[in-house]
Amino acid sequence: MSKAVYVATTMVAPRRAPVRMPGAWGFVRTRLLNSPTNILLTFACALLLWFTVIPTVKFLLVDAVWQGSDRNACLPETVGWPVGACWPFIQAKFSQFIYGFYPEAERWRVDTTFLLGALLLAPLLVPQLPAKAANAALFFIAFPVVAFVLLHGGYGGLTVVPTRLWGGMLVTLVVAITGIVASMPIGIALALGRRSSIPLIRFSCIAFIEFWRGVPLITVLFFATYMLPLFLPGNFTVDGLVRVLIGVALFAGAYNAEVIRGGLQAIPRGQAEAASALGLSWWRTTRLVVLPQALRHVIPGLVNSFIALLKDTSLVSIVALFDLLGQLRAAFADPAWSSPSTLFTGFAFTGIIYFVLCFGMSRYSLFVERRLNAHRRS
Amino acid sequence: MKSATLMLTLAIAAAWSAQGASAQTLKTVKDRGLLSCGVTQGLPGFSAPDDRGNWAGLDVDLCRGIAAAIFNDATKVKYVPLSAKDRFTALQSGEIDVLSRNTTWTLSRDTSLGVNFAGINYYDGQGFMVRKSLKVNSALELNSATVCLQTGTTNEQNLADFFKGNNMKYEVVAFSTADEVVKAYESGRCDAFTADISQLYAERLKLTTPAEHEVLPQVISKEPLGPLVRHGDDQWLDVVRWVLFAQINAEELGITQKNVDEQAKSDKPELKRIFGTDGSLGEQLGLTKDWFQRIIKATGNYGESFERHVGASSKLGIARGLNQLWSKGGIMFAPPIR
Repeated sequence: MSKAVYVATTMVAPRRAPVRMPGAWGFVRTRLLNSPTNILLTFACALLLWFTVIPTVKFLLVDAVWQGSDRNACLPETVGWPVGACWPFIQAKFSQFIYGFYPEAERWRVDTTFLLGALLLAPLLVPQLPAKAANAALFFIAFPVVAFVLLHGGYGGLTVVPTRLWGGMLVTLVVAITGIVASMPIGIALALGRRSSIPLIRFSCIAFIEFWRGVPLITVLFFATYMLPLFLPGNFTVDGLVRVLIGVALFAGAYNAEVIRGGLQAIPRGQAEAASALGLSWWRTTRLVVLPQALRHVIPGLVNSFIALLKDTSLVSIVALFDLLGQLRAAFADPAWSSPSTLFTGFAFTGIIYFVLCFGMSRYSLFVERRLNAHRRS
Repeated sequence: MKSATLMLTLAIAAAWSAQGASAQTLKTVKDRGLLSCGVTQGLPGFSAPDDRGNWAGLDVDLCRGIAAAIFNDATKVKYVPLSAKDRFTALQSGEIDVLSRNTTWTLSRDTSLGVNFAGINYYDGQGFMVRKSLKVNSALELNSATVCLQTGTTNEQNLADFFKGNNMKYEVVAFSTADEVVKAYESGRCDAFTADISQLYAERLKLTTPAEHEVLPQVISKEPLGPLVRHGDDQWLDVVRWVLFAQINAEELGITQKNVDEQAKSDKPELKRIFGTDGSLGEQLGLTKDWFQRIIKATGNYGESFERHVGASSKLGIARGLNQLWSKGGIMFAPPIR
């Protein structure tokens, strides 16, 4: 029997117990400056921060202009120093960023919808609160109907506000939330279908998923908008926003299907076999045993595609709808506000909004993950 | 993407002319109760939303004029913001009724895309903007320069023609939006920025120190900008064309937004014809008797519209130049209403 070469032959010399160095200075000495490599890394990171954070703060706060009524307020000549962010521009266009071209007299309807959505969503996100089933039913079934009636109007004396007047944050949220909510059932159905033993279901699911994953969203939106009217009879048109919603939901559904399929594959066969040994039907096995475990595995992947979806909403500018970003670009064209810093101010503002939304989603998903995986933590 | 879009556009154009366009646009618009007007996604002075979210500009005033002529309400317009690449496809597919989006009238566009130009509402030309510190006084001194431009416009070809014709070398840096072009030019990625002169003035407002940049006097191309409609509907073409001509004629006749109601009561035979108190010119267009009055009341005459959006009283401050009336030294001319 040959001697195993990977086994150490000498004993490692005993090391002294680490000296405890409390306080900030101790942290700096033991973590940041404890070896030449770390000193170099610390120095490099400090430089990086110096060159990014300082100018950002300077631009956004120190050099910024806070009041004014048109571009003159944001010109270096009038202000007397190199101007940073031009916040009056955001102030003047703020209502457009939120509501788009929604008529001013009707904007309370958008506010009500936002408030209602927030009131229903918040208790749904806090696990300790009771009546989850009723709450979910209200949010997923009643709320979309109420939101549609409120936003679009046409019932109960509300004037109709056609979707072409919607814009800004309103469109971004409507597209993103509808996409996220609708893509989950589509994704689960497709993922299960792709693993089905019935060839017809399996192949149609594979064809559907591969088609939607293979075609760029922008192409589909373009075709739906400019080619469909040529083929459809007479005056039959589908509302631009509805086209987008359907396209986005199917798209996100196909992507989610593959993410969920990854989770399904991680569930050992024995689980399903044990369930059927107990006499559970396929549906109950899937609903009670397989899916809850599979979905828990793929939370990071799902949230990843939700975040991507939120940011993809800006593609709706293809169908002449202005989401937050589209509304911002249109605001740039107003000659009353075009100044050197308008562009940067606008992008900084929308960047912050997108970041807050995406970061919020990501933090919440981490919280859910930790809760659901409590049994795995040591 | 660009060539694919072009192919698609041509395919639609072919499909459209094959099936024969329905000559029903005016009726469709009336039934719908709304004019669908293609505009830019934002071009200062021509079409851009203002602080209150209303579209405004020289091109927008044409849409408003058409809506006023048909509905007596300039707000009955659905504005469809289009990128330079999507504009013709949107028109051919019927998504919009008229394209009023600073589009240059050229032979190839007029013939191959299945569209008709209804007139010219702005005489533009392609020029160059350079830094004053370059000490370039003429476009002919731009040999071996790097030039920034926006893709999908006629500027690309004009630039190639100009430089080849003068045996000069050049390098193009192209972007898909005007904002990117401005930033690239400002950051020094190119020596010159080429675009239509009206646009150069607008983009100059976005530079840190506009005074350090100048628009060179040479104009290397003719860029007559105007509204477009689909092939095959001559009645609709007439409506769009004569709304524009009405605005120009009104300036020539001294009829303004303020005095239009007063002038409508005039006894002059010429004005009586125009205002529909005599004859049936409006009905011949498929509109009403007071079509002219409706338009001018909504948008003012061409000169007022020009001053308000791009002229001296606007932020852009572009001089009338070629766009002055023919009777005042420019070439803006409209056939008479009679």
